[in-house]
Amino acid sequence: MPGARHSILRTLPTSASRLAKHAWPPVLFFVVVVSAWEWAARAGFLDPMVLPAPGEIAANVVDGLSSGLYIINLQVTLMQAISGFLIACALGVAMGSLTTLSERLSRALQPIVLALEATPKIALAPLIIVWFGYGMGSKVALSAVIGFFPVFISTVSGLRSVDPGRMDVLRALGARRWQIFKMVALPGALPHIFAGINIAVVLALLGTIVGEFMGAKEGLGTLILYANGNLDTARVFSILLVLAATGLTLHALVDFTRARLLFWDDADTAIPTGPGT
Amino acid sequence: MRPKLLGYPPDGGRSSAAAETGLAAASPVSPAIAVRGLAKVYQTNAGDTVHAVSHMDFDVDAKEFVSIVGPSGCGKTTVLRILAGLVGGYSGSVSIGGRVVHGPTPEIGVVFQDANLMPWRTVLANVMLPGEVLRLSRNECRERALALLKLVGLEGFENKLPRELSGGMRQRAAIARALVHNPKILLMDEPFGALDAMTRDTMNLELARIAVESGKTVFLITHSISEAVFLSDRVLVMSSRPGRIIETIRVRNQRPRGLDVIATPRFSEMVLHIRHLLEGEGAPASTVTLAH
Ligand SMILES: Nc1ncnc2c1ncn2[C@@H]1O[C@H](COP(=O)(O)OP(=O)(O)OP(=O)(O)O)[C@@H](O)[C@H]1O
Ligand SMILES: [Mg+2]
Repeated sequence: MPGARHSILRTLPTSASRLAKHAWPPVLFFVVVVSAWEWAARAGFLDPMVLPAPGEIAANVVDGLSSGLYIINLQVTLMQAISGFLIACALGVAMGSLTTLSERLSRALQPIVLALEATPKIALAPLIIVWFGYGMGSKVALSAVIGFFPVFISTVSGLRSVDPGRMDVLRALGARRWQIFKMVALPGALPHIFAGINIAVVLALLGTIVGEFMGAKEGLGTLILYANGNLDTARVFSILLVLAATGLTLHALVDFTRARLLFWDDADTAIPTGPGT
Repeated sequence: MRPKLLGYPPDGGRSSAAAETGLAAASPVSPAIAVRGLAKVYQTNAGDTVHAVSHMDFDVDAKEFVSIVGPSGCGKTTVLRILAGLVGGYSGSVSIGGRVVHGPTPEIGVVFQDANLMPWRTVLANVMLPGEVLRLSRNECRERALALLKLVGLEGFENKLPRELSGGMRQRAAIARALVHNPKILLMDEPFGALDAMTRDTMNLELARIAVESGKTVFLITHSISEAVFLSDRVLVMSSRPGRIIETIRVRNQRPRGLDVIATPRFSEMVLHIRHLLEGEGAPASTVTLAH
């Protein structure tokens, strides 16, 4: 799934002329599908509770945005997801670094990490609600837990695959271990780490939505549940659109940061990392 | 987390002691490098043992240029890594500037087979790296780095990234980096192995000049016999399994030499002699071809 996202983002053309050249097939496809869908809905072939007309969904998006309803709830969801994401990044990089610095710690943690990695982290949601309550804390915690693993695993694998030749350059000078970490290992691991961070950002959003599903007063997840309960399918679709746009924006922000930090990384390929959730 | 990150490696104290004593003047009588009865056995994961080097004895005098040639796998890199303090677990004794080697020392600069530049640092920042590791004065280090970049012909490329340089330019940056902390000894492991013959000639001329101008002791590993003869005061010829020195050839011409010495009969005689030595050892032809 992250691979698919990458191929889509990577093929986004940069210049205007290339945009014009590359944009028309998806645009054409989109127009054809949406027109057919709209026509089928108006002709009464589609049950609006199952699949509402695109026009109705669009109107709902406009309505939700202009009334401020989506904005307020999006702020809550984003707040929680980004907090969880930042905690996941900080803890993932810190724990991953500590693990590779100490061979003993690494061996001690390995079985736990393997077991946790194989566990679907979403299954922790009820437990996290018990620990952190129905407020913001449980959403942030769930996002952090789910986002942690890809960052942790990519940090460990990045630090483990340090170029031995570059390390020799520092070792030959009698560099201390933390100097090697700071000057060779960590910068060299950044491309790996960013692959994990790119997965974590979506997972953090997912964690927050699931947390809101488990019980909350605000947030886009809560709005979805509410609309679903009212059989307001058009609203559900319109919130999904807002969430999709949010996810894409978060990705773009991560990619922007990556491009800033990894200006030197000419192999502009995403390194596949461990499983998601 | 903090104390862990700042924790010193087991040999940290030792190498820092070496760092300090390395600044004191070495006794003038002891050779720059002294190797006595050196033997190194590797244990492979499969459980067998490889006798990489056995019973090696040699000295390198201060400001001397010594090359080592030998068939692939005869233990040249092993010797260099032992001298650099990167490999332990050997028998015999190795001393640098009269002191027994316990680990890496800033008295040595190493040029590896690959340039091994940090791709995220500019050329200048790469050359200044040893200064950061050894905590030398930043301004002095910067000045030295700029001067060295000029010396190796990379003036104007200070702010480029390594990926913007050619292979030969990267290797030259690596040489500048190996010299920036002003080591007395330069160890080089086939530094020009990846270069084409023409670039290699140019690089050899530059190296010959830099070695003499900066007054360094140089220990060079090469696969090219003519390169070894062209650059060195002495050429150590090694044989394999186990790796040992079978002959030492002294080249008496004044250094640095011009490319014209290659055309002299004396030069071709020496090259041919070493070539026969290596062929007698059953070296694969590729390791003894004349690159020039
Ligand atoms: N880390 C190691 N573990 C086990 N065996 C090793 C190790 N390093 C080198 N060897 C073995 O020791 C021998 C000498 O290796 P070395 O790299 O010193 O040779 P070399 O003369 O530099 O060869 P080349 O000219 O091909 O670079 C080889 O047989 C090699 O297989
Ligand atoms: Mg070698």
